[in-house]
Amino acid sequence: MSDLETFRKETRAWLEENCPKEMRDAGAGGEDAICWGGKRWTFQSEAQKIWLQRMAAKGWTVPAWPKEYGGGGLSRDEVKILKAEMRRLRARSPLESFGIWMLGPALLKYGTHEQKAHFLPPIARGEIRWCQGYSEPNAGSDLASLQCKCEDKGDHWLINGQKIWTSYADESDWIFVLVRTDPSATKHTGISFILVDMGQEGVSTKPIKLISGKSPFCETFFDDATAPKEHAPGVSAIVGELNKGWDVAKYLLTHEREMIGAGGSGSLFAARSPGEIAAQKSGLGDDGRLEDTLLRGKIAEADVDGWAFMLTMERMKDEAKTGQGVGANSSMLKYYGTELNKRRFELMMDAGGSDELEWEGERTRDGKLARGWLRTKANSIEGGTSEVQLNIIAKRILELPGS
Amino acid sequence: MPLVLTEEQEMLRDAARGFLDAKAPVSALRKLRDTNDPDGFSRDLWKEMAEMGWAGILVDEEFGGADFGFVGAGVLAEEMGRTLTASPFLSTSVLAATALKKLGSDAQRQQSLPKIAAGEMLYALAVDEGAKHAPAKTAMAAEKHGNGFRLSGDKTFIADGHVADKIIVAARSAGAPGEEQGLTLFLVDAKSNGVSVERTQMVDSRNAARIRFDGVEATGDDVLGEVDGGYAALEGVLGAGRAGLAAEMSGAAQTAFKMTVDYLKERKQFGTEIGRFQALQHRAAHLYSEIELAKSATLKALQELDESYDMAGVVCSLAKAKAGAAAKLASQEAVQMHGGIGMTDEYDIGFYMKRIRVAQEMFGDPAFHADRIARLRGY
Repeated sequence: MSDLETFRKETRAWLEENCPKEMRDAGAGGEDAICWGGKRWTFQSEAQKIWLQRMAAKGWTVPAWPKEYGGGGLSRDEVKILKAEMRRLRARSPLESFGIWMLGPALLKYGTHEQKAHFLPPIARGEIRWCQGYSEPNAGSDLASLQCKCEDKGDHWLINGQKIWTSYADESDWIFVLVRTDPSATKHTGISFILVDMGQEGVSTKPIKLISGKSPFCETFFDDATAPKEHAPGVSAIVGELNKGWDVAKYLLTHEREMIGAGGSGSLFAARSPGEIAAQKSGLGDDGRLEDTLLRGKIAEADVDGWAFMLTMERMKDEAKTGQGVGANSSMLKYYGTELNKRRFELMMDAGGSDELEWEGERTRDGKLARGWLRTKANSIEGGTSEVQLNIIAKRILELPGS
Repeated sequence: MPLVLTEEQEMLRDAARGFLDAKAPVSALRKLRDTNDPDGFSRDLWKEMAEMGWAGILVDEEFGGADFGFVGAGVLAEEMGRTLTASPFLSTSVLAATALKKLGSDAQRQQSLPKIAAGEMLYALAVDEGAKHAPAKTAMAAEKHGNGFRLSGDKTFIADGHVADKIIVAARSAGAPGEEQGLTLFLVDAKSNGVSVERTQMVDSRNAARIRFDGVEATGDDVLGEVDGGYAALEGVLGAGRAGLAAEMSGAAQTAFKMTVDYLKERKQFGTEIGRFQALQHRAAHLYSEIELAKSATLKALQELDESYDMAGVVCSLAKAKAGAAAKLASQEAVQMHGGIGMTDEYDIGFYMKRIRVAQEMFGDPAFHADRIARLRGY
C-alpha cells in the first residue's frame, strides 16, 4: 500500500512539473486534439511535442509495456494511479495509435523477442504510425473469407489484393495485414499476419469520404507489394506462425472491441452530455426541470445505462485481475458500449434541435456535434458489427447451439 | 475497492446457495401459496436462517449479529432472489436493522438489535400512502399530544406488515405533504391501540399489508432519530432497502435467464433446438448484457453503503433503476421464449415474473429512480 502511495506522490509531482499547461485540457479538443505520431506527423504545438517526448522518455506512452521495449514497466495498480493522476490534471494522452492499441498487444503476445525489440520502441516514441489491414470489399463481417494474396518468393513475400476501411492508411507508415498464404487450406487456416512497409510503390491508398464529411478510412491497394522475409536480421515479417494468422487476428479483435466499447463510455466523460445540452437549449421550467418530459425520461434512462455500463467495465477489469479473464465479454462491452454511444448522440441531437444542424460556421464549429453523431454510426459496424457481437455472446458465453 | 466479492463474501454466497436450494426452493413458495399459509413464510426456516447469522447480518457483534455489512446482506438477498425465498429478511434484517443501527438511541438499539439478530422479533417499514412511491408526499399525521404524539393515517404496500411485531412508520409532524422537512420516524408496537392491519394478497404470493393508524399514541421514546428531520434518515434506510431489492431482483433475473437459456437448448421445433434461431439468440445475448449491467450497479451500491453510507443514496437509485428494468425484461423474455409452457401455473417461470413485478415497484420503480438521477444532474 505504502509503495503505491509513494508512487502516487512521485507521479503527481512529476506530472505537475512536466505536463505543459496547454496539454491540460483533456477531452476539450475531441478527436482533433489527438497526437497520433508517425513519420509524417506535424505537431499542433510545441507543447504537444514536448509532452510526447517527456512521457516517452519515462515509458509512459505505454506504461504497462516492459521497459526493454520502450514501456514504463508499471503494474496494473500503478497504471491505474498514473491514469487517475493524469485525469486529475486533465492531462491529455500524449500519444494514441493503432500501434499502441493493437499491434503492440499482438506483438507482446505472439511476437519474437527480435520483433518486439525492433518494432515496439518506435511505437512507444510515436515515430512510426501503423494501420490495420483487415477488411476487404468481400470480407466484412465474414472476415475469414479474405482473399488478399501473399506468395512466397524465396527471400521475400509478394502481396496482391485490396483492403478497405483501413483507418488513417493515408497517414500511416506501416501496415499489419491479414493475407492468404495458403489458398488451398480451409477458410480459417490459410491466413497469416504480416508486417508491411507502406513506403513502397506497390502500396497505395485512397481515402473514402464518409457521411460525416470526414475521411478517416481508406481503401488500400497492394499491387506486387513486397515484404522481405526478415525486416532486419532475425526479425520475421510474419507475426506468429505461418498460416496461423487467424489466432493473432482474433486476439487483436478482442482488444479492438474492448477499446471501441470503452470509447462508448468515453462520451460519458465528454464535455457535453444530452442532459446539459437539453438544459441549455430547450430551457428549464419553473421547477428547474426540463419541460420536455419525454426527452427528459429518455435522457435519464440513457444516463442510468451509461453509469451502469461504466461500472460493468470496471467490474470486468477487476474480475480479470483476480484471474477471471474478460474473454468473450469483450463482445458484450463492444456491443453495449457502441449502441449506448449511438443512443447518447441521438439524444444530444434531439436536445440540440435545429441549432446543431448547422453543418458549417462558427456557431457549431462546423457542425462538430452533428459530425460526431454521424461518426458514431460506425461504432456498431467497425471491429465487428453489433450483430456479430451478439452472435459471439450467444455462442461463446451462452453456449447456444450452432451459431 | 475492486468491484468484486471478497473471498469471505464468496463463501457466504456459496453456503447460502446450498442452503436455499435444499431448504427453500420455489416449490416452498408455491406450497405457502397453495395452503394459504397464515404467515406467508416458514418460521422454522427463519429460525434456521437466524442461527446461521442471516437475521443479524447487519447487526453489530456486540448485539449478537454477524456484522457482515451491506455487501453480505446483498449476497443473501441475491441468493434468496434466485430461489424466490419468502422470508422477513428485507423488512427485518435490512430495513429495520439499518434504521435501528443508524438512527436508534442506545436504549432502542439494546432493546431491538439482539432480538433481530436472534430472529425473535419481526419488523416492517411503513412508508407508502398512495399507489406510487413518494416519501416526500407523506401525509400521515403525527399530532403533538401531551408529551408525545398521536398518529393517524393509512399506509399501504408494507412488506411483512401483517406478521410484524413492530412497525417503523414515517409520519408528518410538521410541514405539508410534498415537503421534505417535517417528517418523523416512529417505532410503533403492532399491538398498540388504534393499529389495524389488513393482510393484502399480492401478485407475488408474498407478504404485505395495509395498515390504518387511528390516533395511535406514541411517546418521545418511540421516535427514531430526530423529530421533523426524518426525511434524510428515511432516505438512508430506503437506500439500503433499494439496494437489497436490487440484489434480490438481480438474483431472480439471473435464474429466470438461466432457465430460459436452458430451455432454448432443449426445446425443439422445426426439427431443431430453438436456441439455434438467431432471432432468439440475439434477444438472449442482449438480455445477458442488461443483466451484467444490473449486477455491476447493484454491487457498487452495496459497497457504497458499506463505505460511505451517507453518500450512497444515488448509487442505490442507480441499482434499483437498472436492476428493476433488467429484471423486468428478463421475466418478460423468459415467458415469451418459453412459449405456452411459460403461461402455465405449473411451471415456475411465472413466479419470477410476479415477484419481479412487485420488487421493481417497491420503494420506487425504475422511472422514479431514473428521474431522481436526472434531478441530481440538473435536468
